Amino acid sequence: MKVLVAIKRVIDYAVPVRVRPDKAGVEALLPKLSMNPFCEIALEEAVRLKERGVAAEVVAVSVGPPHFQDTLRTALAMGADRAVHVPLTAEVVALQAAAAAGGGEGGAGAGGAAAAASSESPLQPLGVARVLAALAGREGAGLVLLGKQAIDDDCNQTGQMLAGLLGWPQATFASKLELELGGKGSGGGAAAAAAAARVTREVDGGLEVLSLPLPAVVTADLRLNTPRFVTLPAMMRAKKRPIESAPLESLGLSPADVAPALALLRVEEPPARAAGTRVGGVEELVRRLREEARVL
Amino acid sequence: MIPALITAGLRRGARSLQLGFIATQARQASTLLYVEHNGEGAVAPATLSAAAAANQHLPGQLEALVCGSGDTVKRAAEAAARLPGVSKVWLASDASLAHPLAETHAHLLSSLATKQKPSHVLAASTAQGRNVLPRAAALLATQPVTDVVKIVDDNTFVRPIYAGNAFATVQYRPPPAIRVVTVRPTAFPLDQTAAAAAAGSSAASPAAPVEPVPPELLAPLAGLPAAKWESADVRSTGRPELGSAKVVVCGGRALKSAENFAMLEQLADLLGGAVGASRAAVDAGYVANDLQVGQTGKVVAPDLYIGVGISGAIQHLAGMKDSRTIVAINNDGEAPIFSVADYGLEADLFKAVPELIEAVKKAKQQ
Repeated sequence: MKVLVAIKRVIDYAVPVRVRPDKAGVEALLPKLSMNPFCEIALEEAVRLKERGVAAEVVAVSVGPPHFQDTLRTALAMGADRAVHVPLTAEVVALQAAAAAGGGEGGAGAGGAAAAASSESPLQPLGVARVLAALAGREGAGLVLLGKQAIDDDCNQTGQMLAGLLGWPQATFASKLELELGGKGSGGGAAAAAAAARVTREVDGGLEVLSLPLPAVVTADLRLNTPRFVTLPAMMRAKKRPIESAPLESLGLSPADVAPALALLRVEEPPARAAGTRVGGVEELVRRLREEARVL
Repeated sequence: MIPALITAGLRRGARSLQLGFIATQARQASTLLYVEHNGEGAVAPATLSAAAAANQHLPGQLEALVCGSGDTVKRAAEAAARLPGVSKVWLASDASLAHPLAETHAHLLSSLATKQKPSHVLAASTAQGRNVLPRAAALLATQPVTDVVKIVDDNTFVRPIYAGNAFATVQYRPPPAIRVVTVRPTAFPLDQTAAAAAAGSSAASPAAPVEPVPPELLAPLAGLPAAKWESADVRSTGRPELGSAKVVVCGGRALKSAENFAMLEQLADLLGGAVGASRAAVDAGYVANDLQVGQTGKVVAPDLYIGVGISGAIQHLAGMKDSRTIVAINNDGEAPIFSVADYGLEADLFKAVPELIEAVKKAKQQ
C-alpha cells in the first residue's frame, strides 16, 4: 500500500512572531522555517508503517512556493521514498493577489500583495485539499496522512476537506494508528495488503476508537509519536535526490481551483492585557481576588 | 424591490415577522446550526454559544439540525427546540448517525444545506465541530472559516492565527451561496434563557417545531464508505466541563507527579472549577490528554484561571489568555506566564497551594 503524506512549511514553532506595522500579516523575529510539527508526526507515522512492512512506499507531497522544496528534502531525509512538489506559478500567485485585493473596501489591497511576497503559502485549505485529492488519485494511495492543523493558519481543515472531496472515511486527531492486514500482497517483496485502519482519536472528554475501511484519510495529533531526528548523512543523501515537480495542469487543475475564497483584510495584535501585580503571599492573593477581582 | 422584500418576509412566515426581523438584510439570510449533544439528550454547552453567536450577529432565521438515533436524539431535538432564537429543528434519526461520524453527519448536513439553502452553516469549534464542518464545507465546495472569535458581518470574520499571537480579519470574496463557519465557544457568552434551555427547563423560551428531515436525505447514508465506531473511553469526573467552567486550575510539569495533581483537584473542587494542564504535564503522563489547555488542546476563558507551576509557553498562553482574571503561582520569577498574570505569586507551589486551599476554605466560611 502506498501512503501519501502532506507536508507544509511554516515559521518554526519556537520563533516568536509579531504583527507587521502595515497590518498585512505577521513577521518572524528570526528567519527560521521548519516542517509544521503535525506534518512531522504524520510523516514519522508513515515511515514507521513502512518499517513495519505494512506500507510499500511513502510519498511526501507539498503544494506551495518554491522554498517548500527544502522541507520536502527534510521529508526525504526522514525516510520518505519520493517527494512531489506542486509549485505555485507566478500566474497563480498573481491571481491570488488580485483576488485578495479586488473589489473590497479600504485597507484590503495590502493583504494579497503581502501574502504573495511573504514566506507564507497564499493557498487556503480547500485549494490544498483539491491538489491533494488529485495527487491521491494519481498515486493510487491507500492512506493519506496529514497533520491535524498547521501552526500558522491554525485552520484544522485540510484533512477533513480532502476526505470529503475523495469520499473516503476520515479519522482526525489520531493518537494511535494500527493497520489490520487483509492478506499478503502478491508478488515478491510486496508489503502485506492492509484492509482497514484502526485509529484512536483524541476527542473532548477522552478517546474514541474507529475502524476505517481503506482508502482513508488520517490526521495526526501530538500524541501519535515522537518524530525522529534527521541525521546529517541522511540530509546529505537527501540533497542529491530528485524532487518531482507536478504543476497544477499536470494534475488536471486550473489556477481558479486553488484561488482563495477568503481575502485577508488585515491582521492585528491581540488586545494587550493590563499590567498585573506581584503579590507577597497567599493571604494577600486571596484578599485581592475577593476584594479587587471579585472572583472568590 | 419592496414587493420582493414583502414576499421574502411572507416566505419566512409570521413567526419571523413577530420577532421583528429587518428585511433589509440579505433576502435569503438564514442559519443552519449543527447541534452537538451528549449521550443523555442534552445540548452541548458549546452549541449554546454557537446559537448565541447566530442570534446576536447573523441575520435571518435560525434552524437547527440534530443528528443521532433512538430516544436520545429525540430528547436532544426537544432541548434544541427550546434554545432562544431557534425557529425550527430538523431531526435526523438514523442508525448511521448514532455516533458523530464525520462521514454521515457531514453528508447529511451538506445535503440539508443544499436543500434549504441557508446563508450560513454554523457549529461550535469543538473536537466534533472541527471534525464534521470542514468535510461538509468540502461537499458544498466552500472554504470554511473555523474558530471565529468575532462576526463582523455576513461575510467578514475575525479568527486567531499563529497560536493567538495575531487576529486575522477575513472576508468571503465573492460571497459564496453558503458560508460554513465554526465559532470559538468562549468568545460568545450565553444569556440566562440559553442556560435555562440547556438545563432542559420548560420555563425557557417556547419550543420551536421539530420536523424530521426528509427520508430521501437519510437513504444515501447507509451506502457511504464510512468509519465504524468501535468504542470510547470518556472520563466522567463530576467536575464542570473544562471548556465552559467558570474557574480553571491548571498544572504544569512542576507538579512532578500524577499524585500531586490531587492538590489541584482539591482546589478546583473548592472553587467549583475544572482542572486543566500544560502539554508538559500531559506528556509526562500526570493527567489525561483531553485536559490539555493550549493551541492544540482546549481553549478556556474562565472568570478565574490559576496556573500552577506553568511557565507559560506561547502554545499554552494561546489557550488561556482571554481568561478574565489570571493568577500565576511559580517559583521562577522570570517565567513568561507572569507577563499575562493579573496576580503573580512567586513561591514554591508545594507550599503555596496547600496554603491557598486553607485560605479559600477560610474565606468561604466568612
